[in-house]
Amino acid sequence: MSEERFDAIIVGGGLAGSAAAYTLAKAGLEVAVIERGTSCGSKNVTGGRLYTHSLRRLISDFEETAPLERKIVKERIVLMTEDSATTIEYGAEKLKDDSCASYAVLRAKFDPWLAEKAEEAGAFYITGIRVDKLLQKNGRVCGVIAGEDILEADVVVLADGVNSILAQQIGMKKELAPHQVAVGVKEVIGLDEKTVSERFGVNAGEGVACLVSGDPTGGSVGGGFLYTNKDSISIGTVVTLEHIGSGKGVKVPEMVERFKANAVIAPLLAGGELLEYSAHLVPEGGYSMVPELFWNGVLLVGDAAAFVISLGYTFRGMDFAIESGRLAAETILLAKEKNDFSAAGLSDYQAFLEHSFIMRDLRHYRNMPQFMDSPQMYKEIPALADEILGGMFVVDGSASPKLTTSVLSTVNRSVSLTELVNLGLKAYGAL
Amino acid sequence: MAKMSVDDKLGVDRFLTDEGNPHILIDETYNDEKQINRVVMACPAGLYTYEDGKVSFNYEGCLECGTCRVLSSGKLIKSWSYPRGSKGIEFHQG
Repeated sequence: MSEERFDAIIVGGGLAGSAAAYTLAKAGLEVAVIERGTSCGSKNVTGGRLYTHSLRRLISDFEETAPLERKIVKERIVLMTEDSATTIEYGAEKLKDDSCASYAVLRAKFDPWLAEKAEEAGAFYITGIRVDKLLQKNGRVCGVIAGEDILEADVVVLADGVNSILAQQIGMKKELAPHQVAVGVKEVIGLDEKTVSERFGVNAGEGVACLVSGDPTGGSVGGGFLYTNKDSISIGTVVTLEHIGSGKGVKVPEMVERFKANAVIAPLLAGGELLEYSAHLVPEGGYSMVPELFWNGVLLVGDAAAFVISLGYTFRGMDFAIESGRLAAETILLAKEKNDFSAAGLSDYQAFLEHSFIMRDLRHYRNMPQFMDSPQMYKEIPALADEILGGMFVVDGSASPKLTTSVLSTVNRSVSLTELVNLGLKAYGAL
Repeated sequence: MAKMSVDDKLGVDRFLTDEGNPHILIDETYNDEKQINRVVMACPAGLYTYEDGKVSFNYEGCLECGTCRVLSSGKLIKSWSYPRGSKGIEFHQG
């Protein structure tokens, strides 16, 4: 493939990469996407749920053909201890509105669909090839090197994921630090479609998202997640690398077993069959983790740019990936008009991002990573919920103390009032 | 569901192993016990073992997450890259 030249090369055929490729190809540019997996999505993992607002902007009729698992119509938040679970469930008709619809998805199925859309628009996909290095000449990126092959382009889009070794190689991004990333471990458990609907109390095509704090990680900073797919369940845990080994010292692969064994979770999975076991890093550093986003001849999108928001009760990354891919493409279209692919020529990207929900939301939640780092959220708070609700619902004929007195004594025993107030203030500052 | 070992779980996954060509190299003489234990605890595929003061690692079964790289690059981890194109884990669900 040497001697070939493209307008743009995109490294990585995930959502950010294919959103960029789709936009560029539709505008008539010669685009190559290089994906190291045998097919797009074969190296990718999500929890996961896709908020569709940015996809709808890209492909308005996506619901007709995209492999969507179930529309999320119920949200569950669970505070879990080893032998108790306090659940809040929220369901509302407005969750079904087009403007905010979200779907459970599986990446090995979803990503090939978006890649196909980009291919139909004219993008050229090269799969099963790993890009080893970026080609640089005269202080600018002008292509990629894969083994013996060199491919040149006016601009390269790095959509190579959270580790983005290529962005690190050229100094746009530092090595990831253990407090900035979490490791997600996931199992996909097969069940028949009707069983999933019945167990979660939803209609066909509808589903549940469930996020859990507390016991799954053994008190380490992190949590559990569960999403209903069409005929399977995605279940797993996420833990910040810095905190692995803290709390009860549970090994990462044991966390998901611990979660699945919990008395409120186990019946949901009964009779299921493991279809796949996966792991992936999640950038959780938020705004402060966002690297340099463009340089001479190169742009960063999606996870490579750390465009992820982790709020505990919801996670967003794929909607950011799609929007950043689209905005990178819009930037390249302007740069092509000016015939200037230098950092100055690509600086519209920053402005586009600033005016989009991407930087607005990252900035809005910039204090969230510190709040999420509060160990009380994963140990004392779930225990407190257990003690208070246990006090209310355990009736065994013995004398019950006055509710307010028992709540206050529970609060003082498991976590001081000052700590609680501080936690509340931190949450107020972060949200 | 019955409890499954990590090995059994990896047995369900599909791998195209790049035989004789490990994408992660570790320093087998590395001896900072705290660092090693961290990586042993963290690897989702349980590929690191530490027994009798000796650390060992098997790249077959790697899920390519990057956890060990972030925790111990330049320490226990001598070099870390993704497997060559089309090799390694192949997710069918994701």
